[in-house]
Amino acid sequence: MSECRGKGGVLINRNLVVNFSFDGRSYSGFAGDTLASALLANGVHLLGRSFKYHRPRGLLAAGSEEPNALVTVVRGNEARSVPNLRATQVEIYAGLVAHSQNRWPSLGFDVGAVNDWLSPLFPAGFYYKTFMWPRFAWHRWYEPRIRAAAGLGRAPGGPDPDSYAQCYAHCDVLVVGAGAGGIAAALAAAGSGARVILCDENGALGGSLLDERANSQGGSDAAIWLRTALTQLAALPNLTLLPRTTAFGYFPHNMLGLCERITDHLATPAAGVPRERLWQVRAREVVLATGAIERPLVFPGNDRPGVMLASAARTYLHRYGVRVGSRVVVLAGCDAAYGVALDLHAGGIGIEAIADVRTGAHLVAPAAIAAARAEKIRVVERATVLGTSGRLRVNSVSLGVVAADGSVSNAGTLPCDALLMSGGFTPSVHLHSQSRGQLQWQADAGVFVPAAAAENERSVGAARGLEGLQQALEDGTQAGLTAAKACGLTPHAYSARIAVQEYSTRGAPGALAQPGARTPAKAFVDWQNDVTTRDLQLAMREGFYSIEHIKRYTTTGMATDQGKTSGLNALAIIAGSSARQVPEVGLTTFRMPYTPVSFGILAGYDRGDQFDPVRRTPMHACAENLGAVFEDVGMWKRAWYFPQRGEDMHQAVARECRAVRTGCGMFDASTLGKIEVVGPGAVEFMNRLYVNSWNGLAVGRSRYGVLLRDDGFVYDDGVVARLADERFHVTTTTGGAARVLGMMEDYRQTEWTDLKVWLTSTTEQWAVIAVQGPRAREVIAPLIEGCDLSAAALPHMAVARGTICGAPMLLFRVSFTGELGFEINVPADYGAAIWEAVRAAGQKYDIVPYGTEAMHVLRAEKGYIIVGQETDGTCTPDDVGLSWAIGKSKPDFVGKRSLSRPAMLASGRKQLVGLLTADPHVLLDEGAQVTATAGQVAPMKLIGHVTSSYRSEALGRSIALAMVVDGRARQGQTLYVPMPGGDLPVQVTAPVFYDPQGARLNG
Amino acid sequence: MLLIHCPYCGDRPELEFSYGGQAHIARPSKPESVTADQWVEFLYLRSNPRGVHAERWRHVRGCARYFNALRDTRTDRFIATYKAGEAPPQQSGSTP
Repeated sequence: MSECRGKGGVLINRNLVVNFSFDGRSYSGFAGDTLASALLANGVHLLGRSFKYHRPRGLLAAGSEEPNALVTVVRGNEARSVPNLRATQVEIYAGLVAHSQNRWPSLGFDVGAVNDWLSPLFPAGFYYKTFMWPRFAWHRWYEPRIRAAAGLGRAPGGPDPDSYAQCYAHCDVLVVGAGAGGIAAALAAAGSGARVILCDENGALGGSLLDERANSQGGSDAAIWLRTALTQLAALPNLTLLPRTTAFGYFPHNMLGLCERITDHLATPAAGVPRERLWQVRAREVVLATGAIERPLVFPGNDRPGVMLASAARTYLHRYGVRVGSRVVVLAGCDAAYGVALDLHAGGIGIEAIADVRTGAHLVAPAAIAAARAEKIRVVERATVLGTSGRLRVNSVSLGVVAADGSVSNAGTLPCDALLMSGGFTPSVHLHSQSRGQLQWQADAGVFVPAAAAENERSVGAARGLEGLQQALEDGTQAGLTAAKACGLTPHAYSARIAVQEYSTRGAPGALAQPGARTPAKAFVDWQNDVTTRDLQLAMREGFYSIEHIKRYTTTGMATDQGKTSGLNALAIIAGSSARQVPEVGLTTFRMPYTPVSFGILAGYDRGDQFDPVRRTPMHACAENLGAVFEDVGMWKRAWYFPQRGEDMHQAVARECRAVRTGCGMFDASTLGKIEVVGPGAVEFMNRLYVNSWNGLAVGRSRYGVLLRDDGFVYDDGVVARLADERFHVTTTTGGAARVLGMMEDYRQTEWTDLKVWLTSTTEQWAVIAVQGPRAREVIAPLIEGCDLSAAALPHMAVARGTICGAPMLLFRVSFTGELGFEINVPADYGAAIWEAVRAAGQKYDIVPYGTEAMHVLRAEKGYIIVGQETDGTCTPDDVGLSWAIGKSKPDFVGKRSLSRPAMLASGRKQLVGLLTADPHVLLDEGAQVTATAGQVAPMKLIGHVTSSYRSEALGRSIALAMVVDGRARQGQTLYVPMPGGDLPVQVTAPVFYDPQGARLNG
Repeated sequence: MLLIHCPYCGDRPELEFSYGGQAHIARPSKPESVTADQWVEFLYLRSNPRGVHAERWRHVRGCARYFNALRDTRTDRFIATYKAGEAPPQQSGSTP
């Protein structure tokens, strides 16, 4: 290991060496290292290439705010490759394989870096300004190339082989962040008896408690306190501790989404353990102890590898014993930078100078400067940075000095191998803001802090702008006790104390002073999106004023950064350039997720077979045995057609149709919705709901019912049987069953509370076998007892009870094919047995099972509509030829009033018609448009559309149903269906193509 | 995910419920006697307040009953839920 690894490091175990690889090279680190700390320990500072300009980039930070060091970790194969992980959060394990991103052919030499030289061509919004012509080229040339060049990591190369868990949890107090404030809050709340969940995004709990310099006894006061506190936490039975768990989203009513990473840090995860777990936590009270993020400084060349946040250098030193450099220049925008410089100095790292970039005298604490000078560290006051040099790592910094009048003079160049900067700390208000909590500008600290909460939550410590560990402890304690009290518990006194030397974290956001108005070099505001000061200024010169527009135009603060490092500096620069105050510029919305979460945890268990429930009819296995091809209808699997050896779909459907028209077919109709409407108010209920009149329907008879919404449009249809005076068996469309029951319940519960009526879904209680065709009666007769099947006793639309093969049966004489037909209803468990019995009995009549496709053809030949295919939610009964069903003498039914609205009576409505193509072999496309004349060019005058189109076996030609403006008056006319190959002439006919008198039904 | 208090079952997560639109819109008892304009108002015109909204919910994956709620559309906070047919509870303070 190189000289980059010094002494100390509270998180690493020097007895456990861990070997890993980065970009194909082998390195070693210690257990407890992150990929970032281990690479730094090996002297590797170049970790990535920037998004747009492909500039060499190193680590900016040490935590989840890292914008540069995004890596891909591959575990075994491409399917287990995870892109865009922050190296600062990847814990190394033996055999870890990580790759840098956004470079080709290598990180050191990247062809894409030509973008950096061409950067004058890529200002803010250049996509919108360039690629404007020729117009057709956008889709064909520009967009595919831009998409290929854009983006960071590559998506995994196969379906995710890992499993992901999801769980719900309830607690009294959820504490987000296990630093000083969060731990104190959790101890205070749990000590008062609250059920507490404490989560932290890192593997090691403690937050900035881990960043204190060790004292002469080898530990810091903070570390000692932390050790005790963690022991106390572990002993509390009412506290759940979740390390490696990011609270990524704050949802209404105190529900938070947590992503727990379970196996990513393990060399060999146990089999069957999920990779991540989604926690959906409903908390009575929430404590946000999310801390603060250090702001970078904005100056030319501030993105070279080796230019880093000051606190990050301190973290690497104290947590991992890693030295970020040997000759360090510290740029101090707040006192805390002095604390870092002194820590590094004490750790044996050479501090070339501290350049204090503050020009407002009130911001500077003389004590900090004095402490630095006492250690013989050079301090340059009123400094600024004019530029840096070093291609793959910073090697010098050019300083300037700002005079009282604002003019900048050159103050020489300092060699350095690390340039640390601190612009002050920005409270992490993301979750508070996501919960719709308000923010308040704190002018003296130059930050937004949480104001009024919208949920039962409060922020503590650095997350609300407080400074120092002791303040965080006290604030966290108070919040924990308050939260416990709000849960109805008696707060149990708790106090904690840490004594450490601390420096102020207050700075002033914005760019450092530069000579002249514009600077040619790049001063980055947003590292992740490659947004510079100049981009922001250009956007404003081009007239963008609202922060929302500037954000979208320049992309600053977008993507995963969400303003973590860039937000305030961008606001301050925009404010400064438009003579506004920061609060006037306003804030853009903080969006979830706080850091990216995998699709895996969002999908959870709902993958593959578990994606959606599957509904199968009782006869599903019978159809499978017959070789059925299934189609999805809602959640149902329905037999689509039954191909025999060598048949394609068309041949199978033609054979099935032929059988029904000439012999006998059988069909599984179990998916039809079935609702029992029962009670003294049942008749009146049906009268008020359906368009039909039900008073005259005798027991043992059924009727085709039409259901409208109150707007007068057809909602559903189906056969309704009266089983007893006060009992109706209502059938609905397959897809409409749930919504029809919902609509019925709505009227029953909220409008017609005077009616005594009960509604019960019986869809899955009945198996339904339709037996259709001229031989249908002969097929089923031998199986049935207790009911007379003769046409006189059981005419069309009659219903009878009896038994079939000894099983109880409800028999409907109905037809959706136009042939003599029966629908045998038996309790679901008998379905498969009765299906087989009917099929066996039908063998001597060559019975043929048919599927939904043949059913569709047969019903279309008869002009029977399908709600949702012929209708589209704007069709009245008259539009689809169902006026005859309406009970004319009824004073009211749902939708009746709407049918007399002027618009419903006006001419020009689309009406159901049949269409026959001039060429009988031509099959129209469903959804194709209809025009009155041939040869129209776009925009055409469209007068209708094709709703159903099939090859009719019975007619030996194609047929189609269509909705055409004033269609019934156009019968006999020739219209046109414009298609890419030219207009297809069609003749308008009545919608019934086969047996218009219905003689076959009554056989 | 909203936490909704069903007046029959208690606090349940939003995914057990379906939304039913604005509450307290009574269907005219004699639709044939209302004007076309009145009918259109009943059918289509709904308020969309920034503030307290009386609305229908159905505990469809629970007791399956409809009930009413007062919800503040600015915060998604429920002020009250109450059974269908009951008058909305009096609110203290002003309604925006």
